[in-house]
Amino acid sequence: MRGMTQPRTRRDVFRLAGYSAAGLALAACGVQGQKAAPPKADAVADYWAKQKKNGKVVFANWPEYMPEDKGPLEKFKQDTGIAYEYKEVIQENAEFFGKADPVLRAGQSLGYDIVVMTNGIQLQHMIELGYAVPLDQSKLPNFQANAGQKYKERSYDPGNKYTVPYTSGVTGIAYNTKYVKDEITSIESLFDPKYKGRVGMMADAQEIANFGMIALGIDPEKSTEADWNKAGEKLKAQRDAGIVRKYYDQSYIDAVSKGDVWLTMAWSGDVFQRQLAGEPVKFVVPAEGGTIWTDNMLIPKGAANPVDALMLMDYLYQPAVAAELDEYIQYVTPVPAVQDLLREKAAAAKGEDKKALEDMVNSALMFPSEADYAKLRSYTQLTTQQEQVFNPIFQSITQA
Amino acid sequence: MRRLTPYLLALPSWMWLAIFLVVPMVAMASVSLQTGNAIDGFAMTFSFSNYTDALGRYSTQLLRSLLYGGLATVAMLLIGYPVAYFIAFKAGARKSMYLFLLLLPFFVSFVLRTISWNFLLSDNGILFGTLKGWGLLPEDFHVLATTFAVVGGLTYNFLPFMILPIYVALERVDPRVVEAAQDLYATKVAAFRRVVLPLSLPGVFAGVLMTFVPATADPINAAILGGTSNTMIGNIIQTEYLTNLDYPTASALSFTLMAVLLVGIFIYARALGTENVLEAAAR
Repeated sequence: MRGMTQPRTRRDVFRLAGYSAAGLALAACGVQGQKAAPPKADAVADYWAKQKKNGKVVFANWPEYMPEDKGPLEKFKQDTGIAYEYKEVIQENAEFFGKADPVLRAGQSLGYDIVVMTNGIQLQHMIELGYAVPLDQSKLPNFQANAGQKYKERSYDPGNKYTVPYTSGVTGIAYNTKYVKDEITSIESLFDPKYKGRVGMMADAQEIANFGMIALGIDPEKSTEADWNKAGEKLKAQRDAGIVRKYYDQSYIDAVSKGDVWLTMAWSGDVFQRQLAGEPVKFVVPAEGGTIWTDNMLIPKGAANPVDALMLMDYLYQPAVAAELDEYIQYVTPVPAVQDLLREKAAAAKGEDKKALEDMVNSALMFPSEADYAKLRSYTQLTTQQEQVFNPIFQSITQA
Repeated sequence: MRRLTPYLLALPSWMWLAIFLVVPMVAMASVSLQTGNAIDGFAMTFSFSNYTDALGRYSTQLLRSLLYGGLATVAMLLIGYPVAYFIAFKAGARKSMYLFLLLLPFFVSFVLRTISWNFLLSDNGILFGTLKGWGLLPEDFHVLATTFAVVGGLTYNFLPFMILPIYVALERVDPRVVEAAQDLYATKVAAFRRVVLPLSLPGVFAGVLMTFVPATADPINAAILGGTSNTMIGNIIQTEYLTNLDYPTASALSFTLMAVLLVGIFIYARALGTENVLEAAAR
């Protein structure tokens, strides 16, 4: 062994320098917390006072959430002279947030002026981390006038400080009528050994947790840790019995229309669009209840054109525009007046168009009644600490 | 000045390595030892328990990934070697066309190609639907959502990376040494076993290196073609990063995977008698 007295070679010196630099770097690199204090009232006013209209807006949305001719956006352009860029870049909340988080954390701009996110954990994070620009309520006259009362009172964003709804939808069960001859009414069908290997469940922790809890008669919104564990056990038993074929993302809809799975958890609008395309799929809200969620528009921090974005958000709340949008996307619109508009349109239409429009007007899944709403449950609101308990319970099932 | 020239010439590549390899690696190493959450921020606590925790939770998926990666590599070798041999020695004037055909699928995105398999292999799709219609397959026969589908997808997606290096190595084998072997009364099989095969081993080595590592770390095939028990470590890392925002666990898993792969590669290099892994891979 070499003693300390022996001269160090140049290589040794380099090596030592390298180690200490690496050590320092290791200690210095960190991920900063961003938890934001709620904005002060005058700070909101200050922010908006500094912004001006730029004549341009970039809208990031989910696939199949805008008619192909971009009708509503084109009208917006004609009425206001604001040019738009529309990008279908959001496929999954978690994935979108995971990609946006480092960018926004570093104080950079996402390059979008409006993004659409579901009222789950990730939207909560956006708000908590100060990634959403607080909205100037005075510039949302159409929203104030036309949005349904339910869409102004949402537990995850009281007073619409950061978001306004784009559309709502229901998570229920879709089944392929070519293979399933019974009428599906209960959530228990998803746990029925008769359909071994033919059941699709969703990979999203909250979605699957909700169905586990609803099957046990637990209201997800009021659930506790003990409830999550019970639901976890039920879902694990379902998995271990080989009933579940796969835990799906958006691709479940292809699987059920092709017949790879016979019945699956599903989002209502997806199924209606497939029905229109003539595929043998049917959608039901289970007797025990389904989940209702809302996709929300918000302006991300660092957006280049917030004024134009806010104008577009408000524009979409004109009943005629909302009706055109909903006729295509077929989810629950936040503008109740749409139902009457579609009814009038159906009265004037003929043939197949008339039938399709009438079906929409009478659909409990596009225009749920109070009784329908009573059957629908909402996502659990989780704190960061709860999330660290909640996620592993359900991910250990979907990612075993 | 003249003495500095080689260093100056090497500078761009050093800068590249420093910026795009060393800095992210150090940052990742740092994150893997921190504790906290995305909302309140992470702090350096040198908590090596991140590694033991992550391994405790996900050892099944890690081992499964190595198994799948290994199986796919063996399959690729069994398919790829004959193909490379054929192109190198038998294809004649069509050589470049075959090589082009081999690379053709790469003009389509990796994810899209995997989704196409999902479409082709669907239970009642073009292939199995027809066969079931003819009564050649039982009604509940399926390939999707099985281990076979995942390993098959990996094999398909990385196969060219196995064929090309083997082809390059075989291409360099001088036909005259084979002739010489035959002149010395070696049978065709013996000439292959004792002359061609040893000469092509560097290609095999490089091929295995270039396929085993990405196949083991791949999250796409398991996500698209797999079922309920086919989750690979790449999927877990993705979920930890993007869904749970648990950056320490994800970093720790990435480093663990990297370490396991490196150890594996060095053992493999030793077994093959290659002293210097990188040199052998570059050959």
